[in-house]
Amino acid sequence: MFETLAQLWDQLPLIIRIVASILVIAVPLLIGMAMLTYFERKVMAAMQLRQGPAMVGPFGLLQPFADGLKLLGKETVIPAGANRVVFVAAPMLTFLLALVAWAVIPFGAGLVLADINVGVLYLFAISSLGVYGIIMAGWASNSKYAFLGGLRAAAQMVSYEVSIGLVIITVLLCVGSLNLSKIVEAQKTVWFFIPLFPMFIIFFISALAETNRAPFDLPEGESELSGGFNVEYSSMTFALFFLGEYINMILMSAMTSVLFLGGWLPPLDIAPLNWIPGPLWFIFKICFCLFCFIWVRATLPRYRYDQLMRLGWKVFLPFSLIWVVLTAGVLVYFDLLPN
Amino acid sequence: MVNIAFFVFAAILLASAVRVITAKNPVHSVLFLILAFFSAAALFVLIGAEFVAMILVIVYVGAVAVLFLFVVMMLDINFQELRQGFLRYLPVGLVVGAILIVELGFLAATQLVGPIEAAGSASAIPPASELTNTQAIGHILYTDYVYAFQASGLILLVAMIGAIVLTLRSRKGVRRQQIGQQLDRKRDEVVALRKVPTRGGV
Repeated sequence: MFETLAQLWDQLPLIIRIVASILVIAVPLLIGMAMLTYFERKVMAAMQLRQGPAMVGPFGLLQPFADGLKLLGKETVIPAGANRVVFVAAPMLTFLLALVAWAVIPFGAGLVLADINVGVLYLFAISSLGVYGIIMAGWASNSKYAFLGGLRAAAQMVSYEVSIGLVIITVLLCVGSLNLSKIVEAQKTVWFFIPLFPMFIIFFISALAETNRAPFDLPEGESELSGGFNVEYSSMTFALFFLGEYINMILMSAMTSVLFLGGWLPPLDIAPLNWIPGPLWFIFKICFCLFCFIWVRATLPRYRYDQLMRLGWKVFLPFSLIWVVLTAGVLVYFDLLPN
Repeated sequence: MVNIAFFVFAAILLASAVRVITAKNPVHSVLFLILAFFSAAALFVLIGAEFVAMILVIVYVGAVAVLFLFVVMMLDINFQELRQGFLRYLPVGLVVGAILIVELGFLAATQLVGPIEAAGSASAIPPASELTNTQAIGHILYTDYVYAFQASGLILLVAMIGAIVLTLRSRKGVRRQQIGQQLDRKRDEVVALRKVPTRGGV
């Protein structure tokens, strides 16, 4: 049965195989994103002693789909002074970039769409492009709140990328390869969050800043910018921003799992733990990171802008730089360098 | 297939490069510049230089162009003035363009040798099939070109310090947050519990 299926698969034209593998990743991702909004509302509700969505479907499970349908039915309003092309292109770009990054994420041993040599750099490049959607939206809206949100986003994301880059370098020093599957395999003995614990924390906090999540959600800052860069957006254009933001959250969680939490590997390679298939472990780890994202949002107040910049440039950057040098020194001194 | 991809990306690259200098709106110019960078990265991927392609996207598109866009968006631009400048700067632009064309022609005429061959046999370079090109670049940078590499690092450092020196100014009368001081404060120094009698005040 399985072999005939595999043969059939090989006989299909290349283009159909590619499209099918993309759909196999993208469709569960979109459903997962919908469930993430539900999960977020439920978890925050539990933390704040509320009920959360409970009316649509069993336990309110269909709430995200109801919200999506509602957005689909609304009118797309484009402000009169807006730059129409850029205004419409911005949400599309955000959504597109959030999706294309998944091409290199390994879900299990050999389960990856594109197993490229420079996987980490690709992820880093795509996540550094994420700022364009926001900055273009802020400019094209021709509204001061949106513009301020866009400027804040640009400064914030550029600042935190620097420390993310240094964290990635530290991990690469321990692996000796830019390939994501090899990074996961290098964690067979010990997951990197144990030897590189401070970098794990810095990466997680920078991921919060990179995805514009609380306590670093200054680009949106609903209490000061009335919604920030997406204030002029409505209907599906808004929905695309929303989708992009949540998929980026899942992506950053996946990156955290791959770089520090051992990707698809079980915690210990012993009997009951390694019965669970790798992709399930991976999803479980992503869910854990997402829970932390939501936990932080429900707990911490928003940072002030100068504090945000201070944290990025004056705390994280020097610290991660020192840690890169330290890691390299230890690896060379104890002759632990890979290859 | 690769050929078609090359021509598509090259066409996009050239078209967007032309739009960079012809677009009326400077923000559009920067957006086209980004598209040009991106197509150039795609061309690098096509010749198998995936490391350079990714670095191009990370450094130019992800950081430099963001700052471009940042600045251009905040400018209050008068299109009339821009037009006047166009004719004045045209000769300079033409001269620079001409020099570039001559240089490119020179390269094409002399059949440029790649850096690997140029380095000769100063160090044993493993064949490309055994190395990813990230490793190959590392091997070259840290052996044959280590002094040039360190020098360029120093130049960047000087530029960075220069930028800080140029923009740093200490103004008087600015109240800054002293986080260390805030954290050092003890409860007894700043909080006092008092019993206030009714209508008595503190």
